[in-house]
Amino acid sequence: MKEVINLPVKNIEEEEYHINMGPQHPSTHGVLRLVVSLQGEIVKSLKPHCGYIHRGIEKMCEKDTYPQIIHLTDRMDYLSAHINNHAVCLLVEKALEVEVPERVKYIRTIIDELNRIASHQLWWCSFGMDMGGLTCFFYGLRDREKILDIFEESFGSRLLHSYYTPGGLMMDIHPNFQKGVKDFIKYFRKKIKDYDDILTGNIIMQERTKGIGVLTKEDAISYGVIGPSGRASGFSCDVRKHHPYGVYDKADFREILGNDGDTFTRYLMRMHEMRESMKIIEQLIDNIPAGDYTAKMKAVIKLPAGEYYQRVEAARGELGVYVVSDGNKTPYRMKFRSPNFSNLSALDHISRGVKIADLVAIGGSLDYVIPDIDR
Amino acid sequence: MNFSIYDFTSFNQWIDKFLYDNLPPFWAVVVEMTIIGLVFLLFYALVGLFLVYAERKVCAFMQNRVGPNRVGPYGFFQTIADFIKLMLKELITIKNADKLLFNIAPFIIIIASFMAIAAIPFAKGLHAIDFDIGILYVIAVSSLGVVGILLAGWSSNNKYSLIGAMRSGAQIVSYELSVGLSLLTIIILAGTMQFSQIVEGQANGWFIFKGHIPAFIAFVIFLIASTAETNRGPFDLAEAESELTAGFHTEYSGIKFAFFFLAEYMNMFIVASIAATVFLGGWMPFHVGAWEGFNHIMDFIPPFVWYIGKTFFVIWMMMWFKWTFPRLRIDQLLTLEWKYLLPINLVNILVMAFLVLMGWHF
Repeated sequence: MKEVINLPVKNIEEEEYHINMGPQHPSTHGVLRLVVSLQGEIVKSLKPHCGYIHRGIEKMCEKDTYPQIIHLTDRMDYLSAHINNHAVCLLVEKALEVEVPERVKYIRTIIDELNRIASHQLWWCSFGMDMGGLTCFFYGLRDREKILDIFEESFGSRLLHSYYTPGGLMMDIHPNFQKGVKDFIKYFRKKIKDYDDILTGNIIMQERTKGIGVLTKEDAISYGVIGPSGRASGFSCDVRKHHPYGVYDKADFREILGNDGDTFTRYLMRMHEMRESMKIIEQLIDNIPAGDYTAKMKAVIKLPAGEYYQRVEAARGELGVYVVSDGNKTPYRMKFRSPNFSNLSALDHISRGVKIADLVAIGGSLDYVIPDIDR
Repeated sequence: MNFSIYDFTSFNQWIDKFLYDNLPPFWAVVVEMTIIGLVFLLFYALVGLFLVYAERKVCAFMQNRVGPNRVGPYGFFQTIADFIKLMLKELITIKNADKLLFNIAPFIIIIASFMAIAAIPFAKGLHAIDFDIGILYVIAVSSLGVVGILLAGWSSNNKYSLIGAMRSGAQIVSYELSVGLSLLTIIILAGTMQFSQIVEGQANGWFIFKGHIPAFIAFVIFLIASTAETNRGPFDLAEAESELTAGFHTEYSGIKFAFFFLAEYMNMFIVASIAATVFLGGWMPFHVGAWEGFNHIMDFIPPFVWYIGKTFFVIWMMMWFKWTFPRLRIDQLLTLEWKYLLPINLVNILVMAFLVLMGWHF
């Protein structure tokens, strides 16, 4: 008798395979590993694996004093280092009920916005590169260099500044600061048109990004997608508007909201934000009041026992700092609520069913910085 | 003997006669073939090295950079230094790779591009072999390269390579059509497939001007399709460094990688020289109707210079695309070919045939 064996017939076209994008991959912008399940070229699902650059910053904070913690926050989202510093400074000032001089508030706001522009410029370069337009990379970096030069002139470092201290600034701004910033704004108003010419208006770029990776407003809220990526879905989440700090309440600027929530809208949000940031800087730069660059602070800062939370709008969304203090000079527990971590969580949801090339574009439009995810 | 830099025919015949007079016929053929082979090898290497240098400089200028400027004058020897480095590097063989195919693939690609050069006329009387089906031969041979790309992607035992190779297969099979059809448009006008006759036919006007709008459309389509066929940006999906790291040649190192690298530039040179020959008059100088003096001055420029100038103009345009546009997606790439270029091309051929039939061309 002949035995009939029923072999399981696999349909090759429906078979899925996995590829590891990262930890070393040109488009993951750092050591992020995405395990992508593919069917042909179509992404079925993906799983982000974090932790490749985990340094235990939150644990390290428990051993450090508050002025020391500021240096660690630089290393989280290194592209918006000033804004991270600002969060910790504001928290300490709020806890101690210190009133910082008006001059400090102005300078901090201007530098935050410059930092936001620099961060978005770098995002624009890398987004262009993800799309395959290599020339964008050099245009963006060329203009970012001008901001870094201003930073270098004023406080000596280009990437990890640690310029803010609890109660004020480490030193006063350089005499050339105002002129340098005004020159930059004049320069960049012209150059941002180049950005639109080479990438925004390009038909290939628009075809590749419109309607791709759509995130609805409901999903944006439930995944906690914030910052420009969340605002692209129509989720009003700008901390500068809702909970003003610094002198944002004195500046006139718009919170730009998108409707579509696709990759192209996320792209446009950041382009608009650069223009809005320039508007804020233009309003403030001539009105910096005279005065001290720091408030009188004690040599050893001890926060009263209790819980404190402070939020700021970093370049990629809301950065929250949560401190539990037991009255010592070091915090009992410190937690950062980083924008990139929650933005990354939506990646799987919005990239199902797209091509692998779109996955790269979506990743670029979410603009994640890996050290901020892992901390 | 009359050696002229404008006509190589007598020079070639003199060598031929000299060899046949002094050697038995079999050895004369062997010596001739060896000479041609050596000349082409040298030419191939020089052009490849120069194009790599040119691309670096062109892209540097487009990106506000200086480009290579340390090794030699204006960094001219940078590519030679790089080539020596690549030759000295270790050849990494991967576990579980198909060793035979993995080693053969770079050679297939480089042989395909090498064979295509043979039919190209560089100046009057300066070509290795003048087929009467020259265009058909070049199209046939240059599309062999995709076999090498597919083998490289398949044998590397790497999923990125495989995706890149499959993309490249789909891409080249599609765009081969457009390349063929746009050249066919000009063949209708020229009435021949022989390169030397195509060039002769353009003595009183290049085909791009002679053939009215259809010839221009064919030129644009040829430029797009040949950029896609050589896997260059914005159609560099087979490599797609931001998506697939380096696509089909991810796993290659050392001299084998250099082969892929060189073949890419040589393919660019070949398609540019076909564009120059078929559309822009090959080595024919630029003539304007009745301007006798102007035409006379143009005749003084050697044909080889005309040929190189036109070819490098086309190459420069291809570099310009690459460093300006973002990359297409695979489905958009195929849509562009099958839904736009192919129908336009077919209509274009009909229009051209009608024009030629009515004798409405210049």
